[in-house]
Amino acid sequence: MQHEPHNTNSPHGWLGIHRGHKARPLEWLAEKFIFLVSLSAIFVVLLIFLFVAREALPVFLGRTDTALVQEAIPPDQIESLSPEKIQSYLALTPKQFAGMDKETLKSLMEVKQQEQDEIPAQFRNDPDARANTTEWHYLLSPHQWHGYDKPEHIWQPVGQIKKFNIIPLFVGSLKITLIGLLFAVPLAVGAAIYVSQLARPRVREIVKPAIEMLSGIPSVVVGFFALLIMATVLQNIFHYQTRLNALVAGIALGFAVIPVVFSIAEDALTSVPRSYTQAALALGASRWQTAWQIVLPAALPGVFAATVLGFGRAIGETMIVLMVCSASVMSWSAFDSARSITTTIAAEMAEAVSGGAHYRILFMLGALLFAATFISNMIGEFVIHRFKNKLEGKR
Amino acid sequence: MKNIIQKLGVAVLMAGIAAPAFAGSITVKGSDTLVILAQKWAEVYMGAHSGVKIQVTGGGTGTGFAALQDQTTDLCDASRKIKAAEISNCIKAFGKRPTEYKVALDGLSVYVSESNPLKELTMDQVGGIFTGKIKNWKDVGGADAPITVYSRENSSGTYEFFKESVLKGSDFAASTQTMPGTAAILQAVAKDKNGIGYGGAAYGAGAKHLAIKKDDSAPAIEPNEENVVKGSYPIWRYLYVYVNPALDKGEIAAYLNWMRSDAGQKLVKEVGYYPLPAKLRE
Repeated sequence: MQHEPHNTNSPHGWLGIHRGHKARPLEWLAEKFIFLVSLSAIFVVLLIFLFVAREALPVFLGRTDTALVQEAIPPDQIESLSPEKIQSYLALTPKQFAGMDKETLKSLMEVKQQEQDEIPAQFRNDPDARANTTEWHYLLSPHQWHGYDKPEHIWQPVGQIKKFNIIPLFVGSLKITLIGLLFAVPLAVGAAIYVSQLARPRVREIVKPAIEMLSGIPSVVVGFFALLIMATVLQNIFHYQTRLNALVAGIALGFAVIPVVFSIAEDALTSVPRSYTQAALALGASRWQTAWQIVLPAALPGVFAATVLGFGRAIGETMIVLMVCSASVMSWSAFDSARSITTTIAAEMAEAVSGGAHYRILFMLGALLFAATFISNMIGEFVIHRFKNKLEGKR
Repeated sequence: MKNIIQKLGVAVLMAGIAAPAFAGSITVKGSDTLVILAQKWAEVYMGAHSGVKIQVTGGGTGTGFAALQDQTTDLCDASRKIKAAEISNCIKAFGKRPTEYKVALDGLSVYVSESNPLKELTMDQVGGIFTGKIKNWKDVGGADAPITVYSRENSSGTYEFFKESVLKGSDFAASTQTMPGTAAILQAVAKDKNGIGYGGAAYGAGAKHLAIKKDDSAPAIEPNEENVVKGSYPIWRYLYVYVNPALDKGEIAAYLNWMRSDAGQKLVKEVGYYPLPAKLRE
């Protein structure tokens, strides 16, 4: 390896006092390379977010239209239409429009008319057939759909009249996540207290990696296990009607969340200074009292952060929920089914017409989910940071 | 950095565009329903024609149409008819409507658990059960027990077909359990004595296939090959392959013809669908 030529203008380069990249060019290169790699990770996250946001933008701007019945212009009237009118009628970009001959435009108009002709008769007079169901009030508030008894939140994105109410999906995601956390957090924190405070070193060496190994089980395997075995067992215990419901999904999700919560909570509990424990024990407290009344309260911000990060993991989990339950019911009951946002995106993206309203709304859900996990991870990291500083005496 | 990404992007794009252009290589993409059949066809056809390479990928009918319009695939498998928006996209991309070929028949059965005493339903009753208007088995002549409804994911062509032709466009009941595949529906119905589901007629170990009556006075028809091909069983559909008409020549046209020949249709039955009636074959 040849050293780079010395910069004679540098105040330190002369007389052999080399600093920085001149002294160790290989290390300097390696360091810069690693820096670039980490920078590219941030760059990629940014790119993904920009991509998702761009695909979802037409929904936010109200540029999508799902009205079933629209005015169709017969293709033979093409001569009497102005170019601007044709372009907006066929939803073409100026570039696409410029590249098309009359024949192509005419066949596009034929397709459009054919689409209108093929609408089944019972939908022509449906009051919802002229509605643009991607407007915000259709997305968020209950609507009195034709054929239903009362206003309802409905996610039925495929069919003649597309119903895109996203509230059942949010309810589903939150419901399953909360059940998952209620199941996982007490277990994981309990295990963390045991491993960090009470267990003998030999037991700890077995239990800790065993729990952390849970995170190595592919979620599809957990989902399969839940679908075939857990669902039956839980139904036999609780005797509910719907075999695959939010409870099964939540508990299965718990298995994915336990290692996340456990390892962060265990870290937090271990980093409580030994002097706390020693002082408590010296004052006559039992090991259990020390763990429960001294160490746990001191580590509480860390445990909270573990929970928040577990929340981020749970709400983003797809496969387990997809396999176990996915009916978009508007219900908070644990014994009803639920459909999460991630499940919806994973299951429906492949069939959505690319660039269509359904496709855009799935991307919008993706953007909202991204925001939710981003915020929960930010809160988690922030609290951990504060907690570490506090224990180390920096305020 | 950006430059590198741009270059990479261009390289990937070129690879995508260039792929279908290789002589003797055919790419097939689309419906997951059809993917097993498409693979079978490809295997047998490649065995008989050594110069041809056929690549089959699934991903869904919508994915297939997106690839067709981007011209990253030669053939698009579809378990439903192409939609107007997708035809428009294709015309915008390559100036022509894609050509449609019917390649197989698929009969759909309504499944219930083996332990369910029910044997037949009318089309109206099936519609009522799946839209949630009928909630108890005793209303259709079964035991007094609540009905649990299982359906496919709404991304599935089967779902859409069932919704349009059996439910007449009405929504599925909100409490409908959606399952990731026909096998999952069968699995669920087999385990749930109050369950009902639907799926390919040729599938179905573990669950009972109901006979279907067109209306109250019509005879109950069993979903089997004879009744589906004859058209007397009421719930059936075509499966399609779409192609850019500019590519429909040479090796690709020969392959499409072969699929619809007796040799190709013989394989259809093996993977759980029904062959085209003789008048639609090549």
